[in-house]
Amino acid sequence: MDEANVARRGLSPRLWLAGGWLLLALLAAIFAPLIAPQDPLAQDLMLERLPPFWLDGAEPGYWLGTDSLGRDLLSRLIFGGRIAFIVAFAAATSACLLGSALGLIAGYFGGWPDRIISRIVDVWMAFPPVLFAILLVAVLGTGLSSVILAIAIIDWTRFCRVIRAEAMSQARMDYVESARIAGYGRVGIMLREVLPNVLPSVVALLSLEMGIAVIVEAILSFVNLSISTDDPTWGSIIAEGRLSIHQAWWVLVFPLITLILTVLSFTQFGEALKARFDPVLR
Amino acid sequence: MAEPLFSVRGLKVALPDMTRKPLVGRAPLAEILKGLDFDLPKGSVTGIVGESGSGKSTLGRALVRLLEPSAGSIGFEGREISRLSETELRPLRRDLQMIFQDPMSSLNPRHTIFNIIAAPLRQNGLGDRLKELVAEALQRVGLPQNFASRYRHELSGGQRQRVGIARALALSPKFVVADEIVSGLDVSTQAQILTLLEKLAAEMGLTVAFISHDLSVIRRLCQQVIVMREGRIVEASATDALFDNPKETYTRDLLAAIPLPEIDPDWLRPKASA
Amino acid sequence: MSACLDIRGLSAVLPNGQRVLRSVSLSVQPGEVRALVGESGAGKTMIGKAVLGVLPKSVRIVEGEMLIEGEDLGRLDPKARRTLIGARTALIPQDPLTALNPSRRIGPQMTDRLVRILGWSTETADQRIRQLLDEVQIRDPERVLKSYPHELSGGMRQRVLIAAAFAAEPRLIVADEPTTALDVTVQKQILRLIAQLQRDHGTAILFVTHDLGVVAKISQKVSVLYAGKVVEEADSSALFANPQHPYTRALMAATPRYTDPFASLKPVDESVLAGLAAEIAAADQAWRPGHG
Repeated sequence: MDEANVARRGLSPRLWLAGGWLLLALLAAIFAPLIAPQDPLAQDLMLERLPPFWLDGAEPGYWLGTDSLGRDLLSRLIFGGRIAFIVAFAAATSACLLGSALGLIAGYFGGWPDRIISRIVDVWMAFPPVLFAILLVAVLGTGLSSVILAIAIIDWTRFCRVIRAEAMSQARMDYVESARIAGYGRVGIMLREVLPNVLPSVVALLSLEMGIAVIVEAILSFVNLSISTDDPTWGSIIAEGRLSIHQAWWVLVFPLITLILTVLSFTQFGEALKARFDPVLR
Repeated sequence: MAEPLFSVRGLKVALPDMTRKPLVGRAPLAEILKGLDFDLPKGSVTGIVGESGSGKSTLGRALVRLLEPSAGSIGFEGREISRLSETELRPLRRDLQMIFQDPMSSLNPRHTIFNIIAAPLRQNGLGDRLKELVAEALQRVGLPQNFASRYRHELSGGQRQRVGIARALALSPKFVVADEIVSGLDVSTQAQILTLLEKLAAEMGLTVAFISHDLSVIRRLCQQVIVMREGRIVEASATDALFDNPKETYTRDLLAAIPLPEIDPDWLRPKASA
Repeated sequence: MSACLDIRGLSAVLPNGQRVLRSVSLSVQPGEVRALVGESGAGKTMIGKAVLGVLPKSVRIVEGEMLIEGEDLGRLDPKARRTLIGARTALIPQDPLTALNPSRRIGPQMTDRLVRILGWSTETADQRIRQLLDEVQIRDPERVLKSYPHELSGGMRQRVLIAAAFAAEPRLIVADEPTTALDVTVQKQILRLIAQLQRDHGTAILFVTHDLGVVAKISQKVSVLYAGKVVEEADSSALFANPQHPYTRALMAATPRYTDPFASLKPVDESVLAGLAAEIAAADQAWRPGHG
């Protein structure tokens, strides 16, 4: 029993690999102006569709090649990461706060708060999320804050459902009754006894949600509904890359790899974090 | 004659019956306790015995007002507490404590033992003397002081139940419900926990409602016994009288069903139908 | 005549090398009830599982033999072993609710084993089950056979499982704490039934329990386990009259008895536990894994 504990508390390679990639991508995004080798918006038709560095015809300074307008792909990916991370953190955190709070209340208090919240969740989940997002952005107008708001409005139910179920099972524990005997009020019990026990799930979901937010943002960019203007985003790069797949495969492949690695890292990081904190629960 | 600590009259408790809950709407109420009358004398240990479905645990929870009775009265030190609201109950909580059956469920895995024992102290205005009082509580139940920084999963079953006792007694309450506190433990540990409770109850002058399905344990610990069946009291009397001269058939059946650790070839023979 | 079950020097280890069974030897003669008594972690359930061939994957048998009616399980290929175990043994589990599939009626669940594993015809199986339900004193077999598990009381479910266990006329039944989850009055009825059927069918039972009271009532032979080691084995009458091992004596003194409240419920002495620890350590010292 104790051995198993120690083993699971060990630092898993999963945690390191996923965390490492996320840290790298995050730092690159934060320091983009310092790191990016080129101006991501600078067009130069003389340099269009340059291949990545290991192929014939590559130019030094354009490591991953250029797109059909001669813009440096690596720089665009790095700057696109800024949008991705801003959306990931802001949207996932908002969805998490809203959903977890409602889930906690519904699960712990039960009764009419639970009935109301659960109904809303049921109705919400009847909409296909991507369609819902496109609809929302169409209504709210494009732009960074609309995208964030849309994701939060759609995805809070994911938190709400899971946290409600966990809070319900926590509410049946004797330590909840014990806290009543100790003299705690309902809100006090919720925060002191229930919340700490659902936190690992909140953290895991939050990380998962960041990955989802990155994908949703990419999808919205892909259909040209995200941040308008020329700011590069991973989704818009993929959309452009798709058009020139036969002439310049790298414009599609590198942003796809970046996107997949990031999303996978978010989900794996969340799972690893949860496993790391969970042994206490046994 | 001293006034009893608890004086219970016509106590009824009804709870939602989830097995009969319709698809929509509320579950119908099922009456778990069907009118109980009894007194708990100050400083006594009373055994409450019954099989599953007898309502003994519900009774324990009603006495410390984790449940609200649907009818009847609970007099605690002459004061009627069966209708008090959660807020009105708060000042009484320090005197009405409970030790739970399963310490896995009653100790929060995310809190240290210190925080678990300190919770009732904090809520009852003793926040400034936490260290001293928690240390005293640990010592009282025979746990080393360094256990304060540990978590539930680092303790054995018997140690966990000691923590449960320490928490319940930290405030020096007047009354404690002990709800099947040894049924999940091995016999060797069970004996330790029971002798500990026996000793502490005597030292602290506690009034204890000792809920158990095991009459053997009750005989050792309790001065009086209440035998329950299906929400009613079958028989209530002083311990020795009950064991030496049980009046009700049900009590006699319960006693006869206990397998004592001694060879008795007749025990499993079918009863001669009288 | 060979023993119904013969376990010789059985040792099992966890992946970390820790021994969970320490050279366990015991035998159950035909028609005899042997109790396997111990506290949690003593390995009593593990032995039952080893006999039935359902040990968890993490537990590895490293030494010893298990013979069912003289046939060495270790020498059989897995398929033959399963067939032998399936034909000659049965289990009465602790928790009748989890042992039954909640979404199927009782009837088909009971006949399935006979039809599928033993190849009986549906009619024979059905007849046999009704006969057994009668033996476990279920008065309205029609209703019970059509019920779902949750519609029956705990005692009723346990009767059904006892009937199912005896139905295929096994030579050996492993009863794993079969009455622990039950109320005392129901426990007495169930123990009485098991004893009755055991006598009538001449079945041998390996009866796993933590309760010395139950041991005294049901078994003719006892093995007392501590930390996966048999510390004492004896005839039940001898064991209760004159326990030899300090641990057995301590267990008896700790077991509550309403007839003698102050001589019972004695906490186990530290010196007994220290003695046990030394005994286990000495056994481990002397033990060399045979041929890992």
